[in-house]
Amino acid sequence: MHIVVCIKQVPDTKNVRIDPDTHTLVRQGVESIINPFDMFAVEGALKIKDENGARVTVLTMGPPQAAEALRDTLGLGADDAVLLSDRAFAGSDTWATSTTLAAAVRKMGDVDLVICGKQAVDGDTAQVGPEMAALLDVPFATFVKKIDVARSGSITVHRQTDEGTEVWKVQLPALVTVIKELGEPRVPSLRHKMRAKKAEIAVWGNSELGLDPNSTGLCGSFTQVVRVFSPQRRGSRVQLEGSIENQVEQLFQYLKKARVPGL
Amino acid sequence: MDYFLTEEQKMIQELTEQIAREKIRPVRAELDESEQFPWEIMRILAQADLFGLYIPEQYGGMGGGIFENCLAVEKLGAACIGIATSFAASGLGAYPILLFGSEEMKQKYLPQIASGKRLAAFGLTEPGAGSDVSGIRTTAVKDGDSYILNGSKQWITNGGESEIYSVLAITDKAKGPRGASFFVVETGDPGFSFGKKEKKLGIRASATRELIFQDCRIPADRLIAKEGMGFVIAMKTFDKSRPGIGALGVGLAQGALDVAVEYARKRVQFDKPIISFQAIQHKLADMATKTEASRALIYSVARYMDSEPREVSKVAAMAKLYAGDVAMEVATNAVQVLGGYGYMKDYPVEKMMRDAKILQIYEGTNEIQRNIIGQELNKEYGRLKESFF
Repeated sequence: MHIVVCIKQVPDTKNVRIDPDTHTLVRQGVESIINPFDMFAVEGALKIKDENGARVTVLTMGPPQAAEALRDTLGLGADDAVLLSDRAFAGSDTWATSTTLAAAVRKMGDVDLVICGKQAVDGDTAQVGPEMAALLDVPFATFVKKIDVARSGSITVHRQTDEGTEVWKVQLPALVTVIKELGEPRVPSLRHKMRAKKAEIAVWGNSELGLDPNSTGLCGSFTQVVRVFSPQRRGSRVQLEGSIENQVEQLFQYLKKARVPGL
Repeated sequence: MDYFLTEEQKMIQELTEQIAREKIRPVRAELDESEQFPWEIMRILAQADLFGLYIPEQYGGMGGGIFENCLAVEKLGAACIGIATSFAASGLGAYPILLFGSEEMKQKYLPQIASGKRLAAFGLTEPGAGSDVSGIRTTAVKDGDSYILNGSKQWITNGGESEIYSVLAITDKAKGPRGASFFVVETGDPGFSFGKKEKKLGIRASATRELIFQDCRIPADRLIAKEGMGFVIAMKTFDKSRPGIGALGVGLAQGALDVAVEYARKRVQFDKPIISFQAIQHKLADMATKTEASRALIYSVARYMDSEPREVSKVAAMAKLYAGDVAMEVATNAVQVLGGYGYMKDYPVEKMMRDAKILQIYEGTNEIQRNIIGQELNKEYGRLKESFF
């Protein structure tokens, strides 16, 4: 079984600051970490490897320094790592990112399962996983907290939803996005860490992926950030006080005065 | 300070620091309170390949030496020496096999110990034999292809949790110290059982139990080396393990210093952070200086011992003695710096002070270490032809 885990380097959210003038993230001096949800994805893949045997490849798209994040996952026990790095990939929105990641998975050829974190803590879109599945034309399940591997070329996943847990049988190849409940990430092992230190990390650019340049990076992005701004503070606020009954009465009168339909 | 560590040694530090920070610090107070054996942490340390640090690669270890083990133990000890002792005690139990076991015995036990699948322990102390090892009463009598053990061992670290025990027993009473031998006893051997778990002042996450042998029959090939080698094996094992106890002391002292300095910078009295007062500054300065001196000694001794010199007893004893005394002093002073808060269980220094005391007692009391150093000095200077007058 070949599992690909997609990870993203994000600024350590514990120390994030916003530049008051540009309204963008101050990245200088902020340490990058692997998106915490992606760490659960790595742990999920390694658990399958421990229990059923699997080859785990970790995939990321990013600048050359993203190789360090990949190296960290090799220290945890992943077998291989691929970095997608090319100037042509810069400025990608989620669609262009998914296009590029999906092309890499397709190039690997023999992938049975792709695992992604449910979302990245910087953009919080939760789009890349499902988009990749669409592009790869494979079934997918989101918000997965448990993965059981069956012998018959399928997996059983437990999805966390607002209403409860859904149990799905998913035919492989497939893609899942995972949540914290999948399991705390492990610590590295010394042997894996030593191997990771020396490991060659494959770097693929667009010459390896062979994508239409118009489908990657800024050119391939349907969305572009035009402006970033902080929301205006709301002007008037009314705070209701008194007993609950009294507050309800006040609220009712307020809504009535505001001509809310039906009141 | 830069101790010019290799890439691999830095990796060991990095990894053990991560485990200490993420896995040990959050649970140490709870395990201290509940006296629960830290199995979850033992599993993490096993998965991280740390149980095999000092074991040669051909037996499934990482092929490091005493120094590599000290680096790991120091970082783990900075978070909790109760947990770090449970880890280190497996090494103490493994050394008799590693140093003196037959090839077959090494092949059988060392890979299990290196992988952390089974913990080891060391059984020497008895109710009547602590500092005076010659007082041991446990006997082993050969009976055909077996030995039969009778007696008991007291205060055995990891007792009841480990599955592999290196045990010292008398095989020939008439020969005195030359009549003792080491054996490997396994959990489940007939006639081998455990006493109650001891209640302790400190290192409460570690398990301490009595080992009881009642006509305990073990195969004769569980004898380590030859009959009569027992005391030599015990002494050589202690030589190897003592720098590790020192490293626990360095870790504990560093852990206490870290808390004390951070607190002194934040705590305001008389409108100033208390670190601005000389009374506190001087205390912290002494704590930091002694901690660094202790670390420098441990690292030097561990590196020297890894070069496999002939005489190591003196320096090994110095390492254990100094680092243990420094840890006790630094932990006590850390409590003093934190004052009333330090005495409360809300801060970790109260536990560190209770924990530190054992470092002056186990693996040979610090009085015994001074005896060893004194005797070695006497021998050393006796060999000199030169006069210094």
